[in-house]
Amino acid sequence: MKLHRVVAVFVRQMYLYKRSLPRLMEIFYWPLLDLVLWGFISVYLARYQANLPNFVSFFLGALILWDILFRSQLGISVSFLEDVWARNFLNLFVSPLKPSEYLVSLMLVSAVKIVMAGSVMSLLAWVFYSFNIFVVGMSLIPFILNLVALGWAIGIFTTSLILRFGQQAEILAWGIAILFQPVSAVFYPVAVLPPVLRMFARYVPSSYVFEGMREVIATGRLPVGKLLWATGLNAVYLVVVIAIFYGIFRAVKKKGLLARIGE
Amino acid sequence: MARVNNPSEFDPLKERDLCSFSGPAIELQDVTKRFNSFTAVDGVSFEVRPGEILGLLGPNGAGKTTIIHMLLGLTTPTSGSIRMFGLDLSRHRERILGCVNFSSSYVSMPFSLTVAECLKVFARLYDVRRPGARIEELLATFEMSEVKNKQVRTLSTGQVSRLNLAKAFINDPKILLLDEPTASLDPDIADKTRTLLLQIADKKKTAILYTSHNMQEMEKISARIVFLHRGRVIAKGRPDEVVRKFEGRDLEDAFLKVIRKPAA
Repeated sequence: MKLHRVVAVFVRQMYLYKRSLPRLMEIFYWPLLDLVLWGFISVYLARYQANLPNFVSFFLGALILWDILFRSQLGISVSFLEDVWARNFLNLFVSPLKPSEYLVSLMLVSAVKIVMAGSVMSLLAWVFYSFNIFVVGMSLIPFILNLVALGWAIGIFTTSLILRFGQQAEILAWGIAILFQPVSAVFYPVAVLPPVLRMFARYVPSSYVFEGMREVIATGRLPVGKLLWATGLNAVYLVVVIAIFYGIFRAVKKKGLLARIGE
Repeated sequence: MARVNNPSEFDPLKERDLCSFSGPAIELQDVTKRFNSFTAVDGVSFEVRPGEILGLLGPNGAGKTTIIHMLLGLTTPTSGSIRMFGLDLSRHRERILGCVNFSSSYVSMPFSLTVAECLKVFARLYDVRRPGARIEELLATFEMSEVKNKQVRTLSTGQVSRLNLAKAFINDPKILLLDEPTASLDPDIADKTRTLLLQIADKKKTAILYTSHNMQEMEKISARIVFLHRGRVIAKGRPDEVVRKFEGRDLEDAFLKVIRKPAA
């Protein structure tokens, strides 16, 4: 892996945000709207459902963490789509750029987007609702890393599908992560899910993260077991999606589709 | 750095050596590419030597672009072998492509980036030494200095083609693959581009594989021509030899005679 090639693709993506208001809005607009909407709902419910402890913390914490997962996934798949839309994919892959270097660059872009969106959301949640995301303490770091890892896994999987099926599959860039939301138990415990979905939730890393976050807020104790489950599942997810990506990349080269992406 | 003349002394682990290799720059041996039941390229063999401009001639669907895509590692051959700088492309893609570049009138550049930003990205991608000076040199060569801070989306088709050509020269390639590079250029810039190609082939010993539907251009700059029809090589040689083979008045006439002949 050569750093100069990773940096080249990263810089190419960063140039896009230098002078594009719509692209910057993609990072800030939706998270802010979510925050405003769910913030007021949380405040309202907290006021009238006093028997539910830490209501605002549960909701806003969940919202910010969910957004981290969603942004990390978009950071991969939308950055990939930027090259597809610009019909620039061919120029990149006739250079010595390796698929692994390309993926690492997209992960870096995703990390920058997460830091930007996460910082603004956390700051506004603190200013408007007096909610401090760091109430979760140091366990916030492994929680976030696990959500980022899952976001990357979903992003790489989505990218693989777009690579194989072309632009007709681009809607998946926004859709697949949402599929994970019900079984991630973002705003409610896994226990409220019907048995079939509860079984699915056991194999979704984010369900352990959100359950863990609620446990930290409620008891102050870090649920190490849940974090280990999330980390183990994420490792499996990443290995599987990277294998799928390479398999599809090879198949696409064989079928001659790599040169036609974006046409 | 000393030139490496003997392929057996050639060390593929040294990327810099790759760029000074003096054996056949490109060698295709019995290359076939099938897409399901359709055979796009059928048992094609040819080589391009350093400093040679080889024209790939043929009607639409003859297999020219598929061959270029195989040489760029974008498509894998169904059978046969492709060697560049004496190395198997499938095994040494990364090293080989560092000394190769490509331009096509049909490929775009990132619309939202400026001309200079595009070239900076590709200079970094190819690890170009002193990228600033190289970019200025290329902008001057392709008469694009005035638009260097303009976004690609604001450029004319001809200017995008020139930017593509500038990108193709960014790493001072030893193999240049050009798919109809002058298709959307005005006659002045097209003529300057042809002159530039002849100069770099002569002075830098760059091997150039070139496709064009402009027969006069093909005749003017190609040392040799490989004529493809329905995925097969039907003639190889100097332009005048190809013209004689098909009893044409010139290359265009020979071309028309071949493609208008009913299939057997």
